[in-house]
Amino acid sequence: MAVLQSKHDALQARIAALSFAPQGWLGAARSDALARLTAMGLPGKRDEYWRYTDPTGLNAVEAAPVTLFDPGDEPAPFSGVDRLKIVFVDGVFDASQSDALALEGVQIERTCDAAEADIHWASALYGVLEARGQSPVQRPFAALNSAFADDGLLIRVTQTPSKPISLIYHHKSMTSDVILHHCIKVESGAEVTILENGAAAARFNHVMEIEVADDARFHHIRAQGRAHTRQAVTHLFARIGRNAAFKSFTLTANGRLTRNDAVLELLGADSVAHVAGAALGDGDFHHDDTVFITHAAERCESRQVFKKVLKNGAVGVFQGKILVKQGAQKTDGYQISQALMLDGDSQFLAKPELEIYADDVKCSHGSTSGAIDETALFYLRSRGVPLRQAQSLLVLAFLAEAISEIEDEVISDDIRQRLQSWLARHEH
Amino acid sequence: MADLDLEVRDGVDRETIETVHAMSGTYKYGWATEIEMDYAPKGVSEDIVRLISSKNEEPEWMLEWRLTAYRRWVQMEEPHWAMLNYPKIDYQDQYYYAKPKSMAVKPKSLDDVDPKILATYKKLGIPLKEQLILAGVEGAETMGERKVAVDAVFDSVSVGTTFKAELAKAGVIFCSISEAIKEHPELVKKYIGSVVPQSDNFFATLNSAVFSDGSFVYIPPGTRCPMELSTYFRINAENTGQFERTLIIADKGSYVSYLEGCTAPKRDTNQLHAAVVELVILEDAEVKYSTVQNWYPGDENGLGGIYNFVTKRADCRGDRAKVMWTQVETGSAITWKYPSCILRGDDSQGEFYSIAIANNAQQADTGTKMVHLGKRTKSRIVSKGISAGRAQNTYRGLVSMHPKATDSRNYTQCDSLLIGDKCGAHTVPYIEVKNNSSRVEHEATTSKVDEDQLFYCRSRGMDEEEAVALVVNGFCKEVLQALPMEFAMEAQSLVAISLEGSVG
Repeated sequence: MAVLQSKHDALQARIAALSFAPQGWLGAARSDALARLTAMGLPGKRDEYWRYTDPTGLNAVEAAPVTLFDPGDEPAPFSGVDRLKIVFVDGVFDASQSDALALEGVQIERTCDAAEADIHWASALYGVLEARGQSPVQRPFAALNSAFADDGLLIRVTQTPSKPISLIYHHKSMTSDVILHHCIKVESGAEVTILENGAAAARFNHVMEIEVADDARFHHIRAQGRAHTRQAVTHLFARIGRNAAFKSFTLTANGRLTRNDAVLELLGADSVAHVAGAALGDGDFHHDDTVFITHAAERCESRQVFKKVLKNGAVGVFQGKILVKQGAQKTDGYQISQALMLDGDSQFLAKPELEIYADDVKCSHGSTSGAIDETALFYLRSRGVPLRQAQSLLVLAFLAEAISEIEDEVISDDIRQRLQSWLARHEH
Repeated sequence: MADLDLEVRDGVDRETIETVHAMSGTYKYGWATEIEMDYAPKGVSEDIVRLISSKNEEPEWMLEWRLTAYRRWVQMEEPHWAMLNYPKIDYQDQYYYAKPKSMAVKPKSLDDVDPKILATYKKLGIPLKEQLILAGVEGAETMGERKVAVDAVFDSVSVGTTFKAELAKAGVIFCSISEAIKEHPELVKKYIGSVVPQSDNFFATLNSAVFSDGSFVYIPPGTRCPMELSTYFRINAENTGQFERTLIIADKGSYVSYLEGCTAPKRDTNQLHAAVVELVILEDAEVKYSTVQNWYPGDENGLGGIYNFVTKRADCRGDRAKVMWTQVETGSAITWKYPSCILRGDDSQGEFYSIAIANNAQQADTGTKMVHLGKRTKSRIVSKGISAGRAQNTYRGLVSMHPKATDSRNYTQCDSLLIGDKCGAHTVPYIEVKNNSSRVEHEATTSKVDEDQLFYCRSRGMDEEEAVALVVNGFCKEVLQALPMEFAMEAQSLVAISLEGSVG
């Protein structure tokens, strides 16, 4: 189908300023991605998966300038966790602030260094999972990322490392427009935890392609930056093998626009895919979780747990889909999206979908929205809990199901701490 | 019956599968009536619109209204967002007007109607004669005689309306819409297109241009309609599209229960049906609208069948207005239908109960829209989808809470049951909440027959078959219970999953 001329023009303007570097094996992948992108054009408000989120800010030629965020004396996320730190400043790898890229059982390379090689394991991954994820729903920003990524890492996990790998995205320039692309391959039997945090940029386009081999386990915990005016579009693409596990949790507090896509394919039997998110927004906040899970093998389990706390006109969006292919019998699919609206101006827009072509499955979804339960609030107050504390307690209880998706207790405590301090700062 | 060889999973009773299978295999209403018809030439154009309008002896304003719709339609594109897969429809290869020749002079009473047409309706089990009481209703002896007034639409025209005199006594107007345009132009002019505007969507716009007949109901203020009203639609002629338009106005404080049934002969070609139903519900009024849609679904291989593109919408204009849509969708090769409720008045209520069964190559994309505009408005959606054979069944719905619809409430439940491993069941709900005092709850499940429920029944001493019967009956029960008694009987046999008759 021909791309509308306006979409095509917008795309040409958008990419004119970007540098395209087709070198080595990476060059071929970038050229393919550019061809995909050119065929798609940029998204518009009339596209089905952009009906609730206006892509104008992401389509714009230049990133809208932001005010830099000062966290004050609050410790950075995951600071209490023993981890391998890798730092990016405005989207560029900073060796001076990072730990040495050496961890037993793991190979870590910058994509630009690996592109020199004739043959590379990542050539089977880079842009490949993204391309698979373009059907049936087009994701132009992911194709744009594959074609024009400025930096990124290739991480290959052959044995379970001793500590998590932590990617930290510092943000220094008010107008930074960053495109990062990571590829992660978890080999059979290995287990790895990837942590991500930081505001990254005024406008951040992030793609992570993950291959979880048979019997491997992948954990991902992300705390998206608290900067109020930043914009971000992120994509996780994962291919999950037999008897494997993929678990991802994202905390989003503030941000003018955040669009988090997760496109997961369960290709081997007996595997598990969990994606969860807790989003907190006050005022000019638009948060969109778009999740697409495909069950292509028997006896797999998937869970989508998304909770949003909204106030002062904040907007929460959830678009989730469970697709069960013919033959993916004994599938167990679960999806819940809930919004707690702390005042009348906020909005919750949801489209929880099921598409099922196998009969022996158990799939369900639920979606609710509403205010804080007055009865519960009254009960707590009658027990002597002050109003604000009671409200915070109920908000935390509301978010608990999403946080419980994090397996590591130190990390889940860190996230819980962060939620509490957000609530304290944004009291009514 | 090769399809019956499909692997039967534990817990799905063979009889269930067979009865579901049998439904479309032995379509009861597949015969055609040999009758001389007057056709307009094939295709649609301004001239055809003028012809239909002049055949119905319509006033100038109605013709203009149609032409506006037609001019708009020409510029519109057929929507393709539904999960439906069908060959391109050639809109110029259909007859847009077919009328039995014997109806050239409008019959004065039912006695003047061609006996062949009356025989057709008799064969369908629709009693047109006034003295006939609806047969087969259990408990009729305790209820006394129940009367149902029927408007029968045969291809493009209404052939007769029963109980007119008795309804007139109560002030109720029940007639064909072509008659209403002539007899009650002020009402039609005021309300037609006020719920579904001419340019609402592709199929509704086409209907606005070429609708040939349909039913009209007006219930005066404070009146409880003395009997249930019913329309029976029959497509008989080949290659003919049926475009009927129903307009129901429930004035302040009134009540009416309206039933609709549809059948068509078996033909190898697909036939188009694009209807519009508009309900206007004023203060404190209530309308119950029940449909048993049993158009010919095509054969096992998907040959033939009706393409059913229907726009149904209720506008709860007054405070405390109430509407209830109940539908049992078993027929049609393609179903595209979303009966909607605009809850404009404060404290108004909308309910939607649906059973959609798709078997063989049938495809159904159906659901509802609940648009909450007034304060303290309530809505409830219960949808049950059953897929068998190679069928695809989609629930598509919208619940929208506008900022001013404070303290409103929605509860949605959509359940899908799959029988066989080649069919599909899909759920596409849109939920838009723009205030925080409203509560919206949505639940959906897709499963085969629930093992826990089976186990419970078995532990109570039921045998496997009884247990399955009970569970499957229970799956549809909430919707069956919402149907008026007359239709519940027909629907139960249509759903044909009741094994021991334990549906209450």
